[in-house]
Formats: sequence, structure tokens, C-alpha cells
Amino acid sequence: MNVQFREGLEAASPLTTKTAIADCDIHPARATRTELYPYLAKRWQHHLEIYGVHAYQGMMEGPPYPKAQPNASRRDAYPPEGGPQGSSLSFMQKQLLDPNNVQLGILNPLNTGQGIRNHELSAALCSAINDWQIDKWTSKDHRLKASIVVGNEDGLSAAAEIRERAGDKNFVQVLLLSRNVEPLGQRRYWPIYQAAEEAGLPVGVHAFGFGGNPITPSGWPSYYIEEMVGHSQCQQSALASLVLEGVFERFPKLKMVMIEAGFGWAPSLAWRLDKVWQRLRSEVPHVKRPPSEYIREQVWWTTQPMEDPERREDLFDVIKWIGWDRLLFATDYPHWDYDEPSRVLPAGVSEANREAFYLGNAKKLYGVS
Amino acid sequence: MASLIAGGVDCDVHPAVPDLTSLLPYLNDYWRDQVTTRGMVDLVSQSYPKNSPIVARPDWRPETGKPGESLADMQRHVLDPLQIELAICNPLYGVQMVFSEDMQAAFCRALNQWLAKEWLDRDERLRGSIVIPTQSVEKSVAEIERCAADKRFVQVLMLVMGDTPLGKRALWPIYEAAERHGLPIGIHAGSAYHNPPTAVGWGSYHIEDYVGQAQAFQTQLTSLIVEGVFAKYPRLKMVMLESGVSWISPFLWRLHKFWRGVRMETPWVDRAPLEIVRSNIRFSLQPFDAPPDEATLIRLFDHMQSDELVLFSTDYPHWQFDGQDALPEGLTPDLVRKIMIDNPHATYSRLI
Repeated sequence: MNVQFREGLEAASPLTTKTAIADCDIHPARATRTELYPYLAKRWQHHLEIYGVHAYQGMMEGPPYPKAQPNASRRDAYPPEGGPQGSSLSFMQKQLLDPNNVQLGILNPLNTGQGIRNHELSAALCSAINDWQIDKWTSKDHRLKASIVVGNEDGLSAAAEIRERAGDKNFVQVLLLSRNVEPLGQRRYWPIYQAAEEAGLPVGVHAFGFGGNPITPSGWPSYYIEEMVGHSQCQQSALASLVLEGVFERFPKLKMVMIEAGFGWAPSLAWRLDKVWQRLRSEVPHVKRPPSEYIREQVWWTTQPMEDPERREDLFDVIKWIGWDRLLFATDYPHWDYDEPSRVLPAGVSEANREAFYLGNAKKLYGVS
Repeated sequence: MASLIAGGVDCDVHPAVPDLTSLLPYLNDYWRDQVTTRGMVDLVSQSYPKNSPIVARPDWRPETGKPGESLADMQRHVLDPLQIELAICNPLYGVQMVFSEDMQAAFCRALNQWLAKEWLDRDERLRGSIVIPTQSVEKSVAEIERCAADKRFVQVLMLVMGDTPLGKRALWPIYEAAERHGLPIGIHAGSAYHNPPTAVGWGSYHIEDYVGQAQAFQTQLTSLIVEGVFAKYPRLKMVMLESGVSWISPFLWRLHKFWRGVRMETPWVDRAPLEIVRSNIRFSLQPFDAPPDEATLIRLFDHMQSDELVLFSTDYPHWQFDGQDALPEGLTPDLVRKIMIDNPHATYSRLI
């Protein structure tokens, strides 16, 4: 999990001997505080200098639950030229992309314009981060593909941003976070799903974000570990909302990716939804089929952080219940809970499943050859 | 279908309070006057709308009144035909939603007295849970002390969604009292609705609230474990009631991984979360949230690596199964005996 003092990783075997992989959750960072300014109108530069960003949480700087490491990132991931972890393309190439033979890397920028209360600023920051992804990353390394970051609380402006980027091959998905002002199935978010479906882009829902709701349905907990573990419960509730509001029924070509929230819970949630839906379906007549069918057909899952059973092969049951064709390998680079590609899968996986898990499913979903 | 065996312990049945006037004989003059003067008629939680299909099996639904309000029905529907030896009554009357600690304490006390008189006195197979006014920890402890003298109370009852996460230190005097009296803490599905019923906000539907109970249980297990409740009170047992069971192992795999990663944040957690759950936490059987096939059930129980975690429950009168199929497909006779008899007796030290 944490590789802060593990030595010798960079001396990994030459890339030609490593199986090619896709990394479906990479977090590019800004090297400086003002790196986005060239993409922002003077008005917003001025606004940021005076008022900063007002999120749906109390801290002006830093997270309300202090992370376990600076920037929640590996201590060995600071670029030699300075700046925070994940802020240098050349160092990312050297530390992640080249040694692991990453053929496809999906960028999911965090700390952008999402989850902030001023929705105009939110839209401006998201547009800026999208321009920045092209300039700094995808135009310079074609293995990398960007996610369209959208101002999540204003469905109409988010949809406009998606339509503006649609067809640009730098972008392969739309990015949302799991925690918003309302559960993700609510109508205010439907314009996002409609635009994504029209553009033929999957919507990735990454764990984290702020929407003003306590991270448990019983109020705010005390510790960072509760927030970390709790992201999977948030994701479950967000997915239940998407199913029960009829989003998958209404947008049948929509594909969604659950990112960095685990996948071990998926079969249990689907079973529970099916069982309760049998009893209460008269309340939600717009949900026309058993919930598990929508999930099986329209949802994918990134792997990191892989659940960690005492008997690692127990994970095979869960993967079988989900489907080997639905998992997308991810490292979460440069974050501290990085999953090392060569170590995540126990022995005993067929070559076809291994290839699908590490690369094939991602290429197919994201339409990258 | 696995066969039920006689002499089982049903760890989750729900006697219903007909309405607030039923509690009037157990309130003092002041609160009787408050109830009548202010026009309070009932305390029904949104978690369990009376006519919702999940709240009562069609063949268990009375012609009038609330499902579960008749002892004769409970006897006829489950206690007699399933040859239940003991059944633990968990009243789900909506006292937890009350914000005033004084009013809540009066209602909880009345509810516990009502349960003893109207139910426990009338059928020797019944045992009770102590409902506590969690708006005040001090008053909660006092109610535990008052009821604990009656040995027919075998558990303290809390809801899975309240004002704060259940591991919070402010609540610990409740756990101290419970451990001292040999009372497990039963944590039941349901919300006080003092917070949104999901961690991502208010959903639109009753079905969403019900599905979300499982996520609420998960966050509470995290809180109870990482705050150190079981390091401080190692003999305390907690029972997750109407929680679902198929999420347990994958949830613990995740919690275990993060505990290994950031345990420096909570150094008092001196045992692995998996071990804490195996020694201190139990789960009621219904609703059994897995597909009805034997192969899946066998894998799910194997993942738990313990045959001691699950306690038999019917969740009467909630509609979780039909006929007498209270046990899911594929349980071995040994496991049936553990679930129906051995595990409940090992968990509830006051059951005799």
C-alpha cells in the first residue's frame, strides 16, 4: 500500500518485459498555486486572490480530516525539480508510466472547481483545468487521456462544458465526485448524464468531494480513516440513488465508472437492491428491471484500493460475481494508497482475465486502440 | 430449504405501540397533560410507514391497527409455529426522533414499562430491549440502571442513524453501564432523521432509505472500532439488527486494509478490526440479502471465517421471507444450530 521507503522500484525490469497495462486513475497536480491562471479570466484570478475558494466544508486551506501524508501522496513521488507529487510529467513518466509499461493513463484531476459553493467560479475553474490537462499532459504524452471536469452542482453549465469538449480525442470520460449536495441520481444532475450519453462518454464517479452532508448518516466522525473507509459507503448510496431515480433506465446508453471506492461491496449492494425492489417496486415504477441488471450492464469499477481479504483468493468470488469484464486496473498515482500493478492480483488468474483486468476492459470502455 | 429446529432464539421481533395513548398510563401527570394538550397522537418513523409492503407480510397484516400490535398474532404467526424458545422484543416506536431530552426520557421510560407490562408479563418466552433517550447520555444511563433490575431486559437498543457516530466518546457511559449489567447493545436499522439518511444527502424514496441502512451499519462499525470502544469495554457485545449480512466480509476487507495503512492515527486500536468483529459483534439473520442459491451462501459464510457471527431472527412482522422459510437455502444442520441456539445464548448473557 504505502511505498514511501520501498527501494529499488525505479530499477524495475526493462519495460519491454512487462505486460502492458492501463492505469485508470492518475491524479495530475499543479506545480504552483497560480498554474491555472493563464486559463482563467482576470475576474476570477482577482476573485481567487481576495476570497479564495469556498467549498461545502469549513477549511480555507487543506482538508477537514488531515491526510496521513502530505497531499495524501507518496513521499517518494516529489519531483526532483520541485512542486508537489504528481505535478511533473517527466517524473510521472519516469516513476509510473515507463517502468509499468502504462499504455493508457486516465487523468482524474482533484481539487478543481468541483464541490465549491460559487457555481460560476466552479464552471470557470473546471473549464480551466480541462484546458490545462491538454496543454500540460495529454498533448505531451499520448498515453495520457483526460477527463472532462464539470461544475457538478449546476447541471446545465456542466452539460455545456461536456458539449464543448465532445469529439475532442484528448478526453475520454466525464468526471464527477461521489459526494455532492444531493445524491447523484437527483434530477439536478440529469443534464450531465444526458450530455455524456450524447457524447458517447462514460461518466466516472470518483470517491471524495464535498456536498455539505456529513460523511455518515449519523453525523460527522472523528478520524481520517473513517472518511477513507466511508467513501465506499458514499459510493454505494450514490449508486443506489442512480438506480432508484431511474437514471440508467432513462439513459440506457450511459456508462458509469465507480472510481477509487472499492468494488467488494458491489455484489452485496446489488443483491440488497434486488431484494428490496421486489417488495417496494410500486414506489419506483420508473425502475422497470431488477436493479442488478442495470448495474451489470452499465457500471464499471476501478480496482484501487483493492479490498484486502486475509485469504486473497476470496476476492475471486467477488470478481466473479461482478464480472471480469467490468474491472479497470488503477494505481491512484501519486497517492499514498497506491496499488502496485505486479502485486494486486493473487496467482491463479487466466491469461484472458488478466489481460482484460489490466488493459482490455479499459481500452474497450474508453474507445482507445 | 434448511430446516428450522425447535428451541430457537428469535433475536428480532417488533411489538408495535398502537398509538401514543397506549403510553399514557405510563406517563406522569405532566407528560400526560403535555401529550393531550399539545395534540400529540403518534410517533411513527418514516423508516417504517405502516402500509409499506416491507413493514408487514401480507398474511401477517391485521385487519385493523398496526402490524405487530397484537400478542396473539405474534404467538400465532411465529412463536408457536416456529417453536421459538425465546424472542427478543425490539420496539421501533419513533421516540428517537424527539429532540427534547426531557420528553424523550419520559417516552422511553413509558415505552419500556409498557413493554414489560403488555408483553413480557403476558408471555414467558418474550424478552425485552431497553430503549434509551440518547439525547441525554446521563438519562440513558439512568434508564439502563432502572430497567436492568428486571432480568427480562436482555439488551440496550439504539438506532443505527442518530445524532453522532456511535463510537463517539460522549456515548461511552452508556457502554460502560451496558457492559457492567451484561447487556449487549443492539443497534437496529432506522434513523432519528437528525441527519440525512445517506452520507450523500436526502434521497427521494422510502426504498432508498431502506437500502441505505446497510451503509449506515458499515459506517457505525468503523466508528465503534476505530474510536476504541472494544479496547475500553472488551466484554461488551454489540448486535447489528436488521442490518443485512452479505456486506460484512467485503466491508471488513476494506477497513482492515486502511487500518493497516493509517493505524498510527488510532493507536489504541490494538487488535485487527476483523478480530474485534469476531469477538464482539454479531448480526441478525434477516433480512438475508443474498441471492437464493446455495453456492453463493456457502461462499458468503466461508468468507466470514466464523460460524459465530449470525443470530437467528424473523424480523417479525416485517416481510423478509414467506411461509416458514426463515432460514436461507444451504445452511448445514450444524450452522442452523449455531445460528438458532448457540450463538444467541453466547451473545445474550441474560437469556435463560
